[in-house]
Amino acid sequence: MKPARFRYVAAESIEHALAAKAEQGDDAKFLAGGQSLVPAMNFRLAQPATLIDLNPLRDLDYVRTGAGGALRIGALTRHRTIERDALVATHAPLLHEAAPHVAHPQIRNRGTLCGNLAHADPASEFPAAVLALGGRLRARSRRGERWIDARDFFRGVFTTALAPDELLAEVELPALAARTGTCFLEVARRRGDYALVGVAATVTLGADGKVATARVALCNAGAMPVVVAASDLDAAAEEVRRTIDPPENVHATAAFRRHLAGVLTRRALQTAAERAGR
Amino acid sequence: MSDDRARLTTTVNGTRYERDVEARMLLADFIRHDLGLTGTHVGCEHGVCGACTILVDGVPVRSCLMFAAQANGCALTTVEGLAPAPDRLHPLQEAFRDAHGLQCGFCTPGILMTMKAFLAENANPSEAEIREALSGNLCRCTGYQHIVDAVKLAAERTR
Repeated sequence: MKPARFRYVAAESIEHALAAKAEQGDDAKFLAGGQSLVPAMNFRLAQPATLIDLNPLRDLDYVRTGAGGALRIGALTRHRTIERDALVATHAPLLHEAAPHVAHPQIRNRGTLCGNLAHADPASEFPAAVLALGGRLRARSRRGERWIDARDFFRGVFTTALAPDELLAEVELPALAARTGTCFLEVARRRGDYALVGVAATVTLGADGKVATARVALCNAGAMPVVVAASDLDAAAEEVRRTIDPPENVHATAAFRRHLAGVLTRRALQTAAERAGR
Repeated sequence: MSDDRARLTTTVNGTRYERDVEARMLLADFIRHDLGLTGTHVGCEHGVCGACTILVDGVPVRSCLMFAAQANGCALTTVEGLAPAPDRLHPLQEAFRDAHGLQCGFCTPGILMTMKAFLAENANPSEAEIREALSGNLCRCTGYQHIVDAVKLAAERTR
């Protein structure tokens, strides 16, 4: 039994969960998949006074389409669903393609997309994918709700725009524009490891079939997912090499990661452009 | 009940248990220490090694990354629940014995539980699919080849 003592609250409703969080603020943590939180608690890196378990709230586990063909994914939707759900595969193929790279099957059976985003690990695949897709995030609290653009959500390592009383309740991904293709690529030392570098790419072609806009978001390239936009694939790769500030450790030097990021950016954009033309 | 404890009703290998547990009790520790089912092994205790993998409502999860309190209302299966009778092995267990799919055996319970769910979904897996399905379970003895062979053998025999 490794974690420090805490108070366990099994949520009875979303209102109950939000009220408990409003009362306790940063002393309480929401428990969704727990695949990052529980290891941190086992190491006693995290010692929350209260855990508010969202798992009883089964109606937060959904994938559905909303206005304009946007895809909406709830607070308890697991990685395994992202990997397998037909709606995700057709409406957000980038997220679908990124999912098998996230840890291992047992972890994906428990981990949730919203929990992953709220954890804001710069090495994680999903924040980059949601940024590349131009998603937005719905934060709920006892005070009400607000939508946060993904570009404004990630603030640093394990840091987001969520207030202490807010729950990340839903992710919304807009329908892909016409003539748009996406691609996710990463290089990891072993299957299921965090990527040395990962790239989520979207490309939209003009009516002439040439690249109109290209956007990439990278994981493990700095303290936050890095987003680069350009209208030329080589320029995007060069911009990535020039701007990222990747970590350096026993797994890879920063110089190697920078090189890798450029190569993966070029490849991912090329594949996304080819898919856009189909 | 003090508020750092929780009430838990769960079914493990078909037997119903009601317990009062500390909230911080990990599910793996509950299974081993409270229930005495020591077939579930605890390796890294932070979700990397896969030795503690069990089935929660039929789905393989790391029991070191769940609290016992979260298993309230769930049906759990551990390695003790695999064999159909005390004197018989499950086809996976037989295949692991026949194909030398274990050496020290520490990782084996987690692998068996992972593969039970995997073969239930995919009765005719390719070697690549088997290796991907095994990716969340570390074995430091075998080099995996005999484990892959054992899973193939189990799949053949149960098809």
